[in-house]
Amino acid sequence: MKLFEYEAKSMLQKYGVNIPQGKVAKSPGEVAAIARELGKPVILKSQLTVSGRSKAGGILPASDPEEAEKVAFSLFGIKIKGLAVKTLLVEEKLDIKRQFYASIAVDRQARSHVLLVSTTGGVDIEQVAKTFPQQIYRLHIDPLSGLTEIEAGKLVSLLGLNRDDSAVFVSILKVLYQVVLEKDAELVEINPLAQTSSGAYVAADARIAIDDNAIFRQPELFERNLKREEDTPREAEARKLKYSYVDLDGDIGIIGNGAGLVMATLDLVNLFGGKPANFLDIGGGAKLDIISNGVLLVIGKPEVRAVLINVLGGITRCDLVAEGIVVGLNSAPLKKPVVVRMLGTNEVEGREILRRNNIDYYPDMEKAAEAVVRNLGGNV
Amino acid sequence: MSIIVRKDTRVVVRGITGNEGRFHTIAMKNYGTNIVAGVTPGKAGQVVEGIQVYDKIEDAVRLQSANTSISFVPAPFVKSAVLEDIEAGIQTIIIITEGVPQNDEIEFIARATKKGITVIGPNCPGVINPSLKIKIGIFPESIFKPGSIGIASRSGTLTYEIAWHISQSGEGQSTCIGMGGDPIIGLDFVKLLKMFKEDKDTTSVVLIGEIGGNAEEKAAQYILDSRYPKPVVAYVAGRTAPIGKRMGHAGAIILGDNGTAESKISAYRAAGVLVAEKPSDIVKLIKNKTAIKGV
Repeated sequence: MKLFEYEAKSMLQKYGVNIPQGKVAKSPGEVAAIARELGKPVILKSQLTVSGRSKAGGILPASDPEEAEKVAFSLFGIKIKGLAVKTLLVEEKLDIKRQFYASIAVDRQARSHVLLVSTTGGVDIEQVAKTFPQQIYRLHIDPLSGLTEIEAGKLVSLLGLNRDDSAVFVSILKVLYQVVLEKDAELVEINPLAQTSSGAYVAADARIAIDDNAIFRQPELFERNLKREEDTPREAEARKLKYSYVDLDGDIGIIGNGAGLVMATLDLVNLFGGKPANFLDIGGGAKLDIISNGVLLVIGKPEVRAVLINVLGGITRCDLVAEGIVVGLNSAPLKKPVVVRMLGTNEVEGREILRRNNIDYYPDMEKAAEAVVRNLGGNV
Repeated sequence: MSIIVRKDTRVVVRGITGNEGRFHTIAMKNYGTNIVAGVTPGKAGQVVEGIQVYDKIEDAVRLQSANTSISFVPAPFVKSAVLEDIEAGIQTIIIITEGVPQNDEIEFIARATKKGITVIGPNCPGVINPSLKIKIGIFPESIFKPGSIGIASRSGTLTYEIAWHISQSGEGQSTCIGMGGDPIIGLDFVKLLKMFKEDKDTTSVVLIGEIGGNAEEKAAQYILDSRYPKPVVAYVAGRTAPIGKRMGHAGAIILGDNGTAESKISAYRAAGVLVAEKPSDIVKLIKNKTAIKGV
């Protein structure tokens, strides 16, 4: 789960990292009031969890409260990468002398955390990595010894800072690692880590992403987890029901068990010229109500014109899946064509249930995918 | 010869007294797996399907010579279970549980690696060897047939799908390993390719991958660099997945331009690996590839 900039900053502040003075606002009036309270030039920052806000015109300066209000009017409601700006972070404009970069992320292949620092901050780090890779310094953190003072010091020494600045920088890196461990962050990034004209180090921008699998032990994020701006209304509903669901922009509803199989089903439907409306993985060993509610969720999406259900029964029983499909279809307010592919445990019993209820059945997923596309008039 | 499992594999089931643990214990035992003990804290003295349950893993190792563990314990308790397994001297640790925190995975995999212990998973279907009749995991065993094709996969049901096509064609599998769908897992394609290379029972290898990370690119590089001696064919799920969305598996996510199916497929092609467009194409490709190698 990605946190908003203001949430990330407030988390870092609790660990002693300097952040700019500022507050969040939901209306132009609030923006003006905050600018007045700060009493200096401000920056208005759209709070969205996507990158590239600045390039898209979502971050703008204002020299006084009146201008701030006017700029706020132009920012609220605009869409950046499909997401509407609902919240602005109003911050003092910093007097920046130098911009650095610091982050900790997960290196999947190395199975460890990797610390990155650079003297080139304030720009897209992936761009820096491509054009000036020598300006990025990295350290794989040994999971058994953690981030030691010595290792962090060695890395920072490459930045060419004086002794005092180096010590501050090291302490900030240690905070990043603490956030990774204590808050289960899979990414903590300060970019830029700004040194102001007074010499202080300030997190001018910050990103934090929390490991979805660890949210159960981060009680302060329970509520937040269910309110993700990047979720569509149907994705949010699915998240509450603990479904693995993603909205797509086609018209064929897709349900299956197992992430890889469902992805392969999407790919097949596309290959045959169809357009999937969603991804829904009901998981292994799904119970009757999980299946019937999943059918309802997908069939209830207005754009869906037909549904393809692909189940490979291992620990999941095909007869139970068939029953769940029937229950779901019977309680659906609208009738839409459904094609089922089932194979594996209790397949014969499952097929019989589908037959009694006049539901199209195929033992082969490619034939089923072809059939659902053909039913909608596609050329297969 | 075989990989991961052997005739002397002695399995202890963690979470044997739970519904899932009990169900799969019966299935594994019926298939032929040598299940020697179960572990559930506080349930010592119970017997599940004729298998003795202990409080602690040490007892299963000391009294029943268990050398391999399979875990069905809930995600919050996986880390302490695995750390205990490592301490107790278990040599292969298989974790079926989904939803294990990444920081926990990083820590226990580092500790296991330091001691030379193999970790499979988390979030995986386990391992099956149809000719030895050993299954440590949740595979529907009826789909698998003895044969010479090795399978390494990041998926569960998609593995069954492809194994089913292989078995239907009259071929079979030497060993099939589900590595797991999380970003951090104990095994990877390169490690398994190395094992399959030495395995006399395996004549060709199928790699079942998906979007996210760069395990497929690393595999392609290894195949190229090592002039891999056995035919390798691959499938990559998620060609049409949107950017930035997690597709069911924690590890199946395209971040920026990293982890796309195109990147993986082009890396494979550059290494001479045939990539199947549909799951059913795998068998045909293996036959083509084997014929080419044979010339």
